[in-house]
Amino acid sequence: MSQEHNMRRVTAIRNGTVIDHIPSGQAMRVLEMLNMNKTTSVPVSMVMNVPSKKMGTKDIIKVEDRELTQDELNRLALVAPEAHVAIIRAYSVAEKMTIQIGEEVTNVVRCTFSNCITTNPREPLAHRLRVMGREPLVLRCHYCGRPQDLEKLIGNLL
Amino acid sequence: MAGLITMDDLSNDEIQSILNDAERLLPVAEGKIYLPLLQGKILGNLFFEPSTRTRMSFETAMKRLGGDVVNLGDVKTSSVVKGETLFDTIQMVDGYTDIIAMRHPRQGAAQYAQDAARVPILNGGDGAGHHPTQTMLDLFTIKQAHGRLDGLKVVLAGDLRYGRTVHSLSHALTRFGCELIFASPKLLRMPAEIVEDLSAHGANVVETEDLLSSLADADVVYMTRIQKERFADEDEYTKVAGAYKLHASNLEGTKEDMIIMHPLPRVDEIHPSVDKTRHARYFEQAFNGVVARMALLCRLLGVTVPEDIPSAGGEF
Repeated sequence: MSQEHNMRRVTAIRNGTVIDHIPSGQAMRVLEMLNMNKTTSVPVSMVMNVPSKKMGTKDIIKVEDRELTQDELNRLALVAPEAHVAIIRAYSVAEKMTIQIGEEVTNVVRCTFSNCITTNPREPLAHRLRVMGREPLVLRCHYCGRPQDLEKLIGNLL
Repeated sequence: MAGLITMDDLSNDEIQSILNDAERLLPVAEGKIYLPLLQGKILGNLFFEPSTRTRMSFETAMKRLGGDVVNLGDVKTSSVVKGETLFDTIQMVDGYTDIIAMRHPRQGAAQYAQDAARVPILNGGDGAGHHPTQTMLDLFTIKQAHGRLDGLKVVLAGDLRYGRTVHSLSHALTRFGCELIFASPKLLRMPAEIVEDLSAHGANVVETEDLLSSLADADVVYMTRIQKERFADEDEYTKVAGAYKLHASNLEGTKEDMIIMHPLPRVDEIHPSVDKTRHARYFEQAFNGVVARMALLCRLLGVTVPEDIPSAGGEF
């Protein structure tokens, strides 16, 4: 099945953001990580489990009338590190972006260790996870040093 | 240099240099001479959970060097009980003091405090995390006995899972190329991530449940307390704890210069019969807490320890 066919599953958008190459089944999590699962008022379309040459199958999300920032996109490193993003203006790709994993994942998720100092929600300093490895992603809490289970981390979104 | 949160904050050269400072400060720690290197400086002692040796030795170290100490006091009567965050407590104490020694039940609290403070933080224990000032006094004790740190065979025994002293110490010993034997019950094994870290740094680690057969060619045996509350039932505790007790009779056939250490308090893991043997070093080790912390306080406050400190009875 062709790429064009995939794209035609949902209508082309005039302005907004297309997030492609999301691992199959992770689209809902991507929306969650972008805080778009409940609070967004713009139209969002999503296709799941469509064929992909590179990934076998994949998910795609289209967000209308909103351009994601690089910071927002970087939040996706935990669930869709390979995602590609296109900013659409007047039906054309105006910009392409990829996720950049820096030295730290800051204020995206809270450390999963139950006795970490950051479990007190009133402590004001940033939640910081250090990137120890990229493929696969290995994270450790900046404060308590505990390695993080990525599955559990998703449940600790800020 | 900022604070001392984990042993990663010190290079091997810095460790050796601080231990050399500590060696020169011995007559000051013993009260034989007065050397007010830290006059006018104030240490904030923030102990959010009980501590006897660490808190007292920090206080003694500061006072022996002419400095002063303010204490958080009992957590139950401080603003912590009113729900004050660690961040706010640190903001306050940061303004009152030149350096802070802290113990906290939550892991990561020391790093958190350092990120919130302008003054250096000395981590006196954070949950099951790190206890680097204890490690410095442990290294001082080992160097005193063996004249070196590198290439020794060290047995760490007892509660390796929750014992923060052994976590920090094993990291440091690895960096000096020591061979480590972890002797513990299965339930209290060294956390996997620490073993992985040590292996990644080229450590030579053996894990065993058999303490006694590990003693024969050890240079250092580091005992820790196994706590009853870690076990679901008392019978299991009694059975397990029994296998991690040292009696003088267990020490036959060990190396002449092997030393036995313990961060204290001990309960039953070292029988009093061991106290009189040439191997026992735990009381000297507790005393060394003062001298190691004196050297650390000077280093973190940017005060140079003079090369030439007169010995007791000398002119001063």
